[in-house]
Amino acid sequence: MIKLMFFANLREGLGTGAINFEYAGEKTVADVAQELVARGDKWRLLEDSGLLCAVNQSICDRSARVHDGDEIAFFPPVTGG
Amino acid sequence: MISVQEADFDHCKEYEALRNEADGDGAVVTFTGLVRDFNISGSVSAIHIEHYPGMTEKSLVSICSEARNRWELGQIRVIHRVGTIEPKGQIVFVGVTSRHRKNAFEACEFIIDYLKTAAPLWKQEGTNQGMKWVESKVSDQEAINSWFENSR
Repeated sequence: MIKLMFFANLREGLGTGAINFEYAGEKTVADVAQELVARGDKWRLLEDSGLLCAVNQSICDRSARVHDGDEIAFFPPVTGG
Repeated sequence: MISVQEADFDHCKEYEALRNEADGDGAVVTFTGLVRDFNISGSVSAIHIEHYPGMTEKSLVSICSEARNRWELGQIRVIHRVGTIEPKGQIVFVGVTSRHRKNAFEACEFIIDYLKTAAPLWKQEGTNQGMKWVESKVSDQEAINSWFENSR
């Protein structure tokens, strides 16, 4: 099981800030995103290449490997400060 | 020291803490980011800041670590507020000490430049049509790029 988190306008577009995701096999963040996009509808928002992602709270790119128990987050470019 | 908090901070207390703990340092540089009291449509509005609890703190620690890799520094203090902040309210504080002023000036600028492109926080501002998400700025990305590309 992995935890997926979404923030800011992406969270609003998806209608959720967090979901659990059944995990099996050797996947990358891109693989996980693709499985979600395949659900269609609002999940296609994850196709946006401008989105950033983090695995276990460290920024990475979509080629990063995912392991069972990981936390993956997708979010738009940050605007703090 | 890093804090992510809803509560406002007292700039004077933070400066005094830096000054008291800065053993042998002759320079204290601080930066405070405020909510501007106008938005894109010209009206006065509060902002709201969302963040990624856990990662925000981690990212600020990592940014300060990078500052220490680049410059010899004394104390570093970063405070970032989240939640609703009124116009003219304080959003972020960065305070740095060093033996002499050059390191403190440069590190302070580096930390705020880096934070603006790497720390997981997102701003919304109030408009006539309700809260709108603020877009990231090219100039912010250029600012941090210049630190990494030119070894300023």
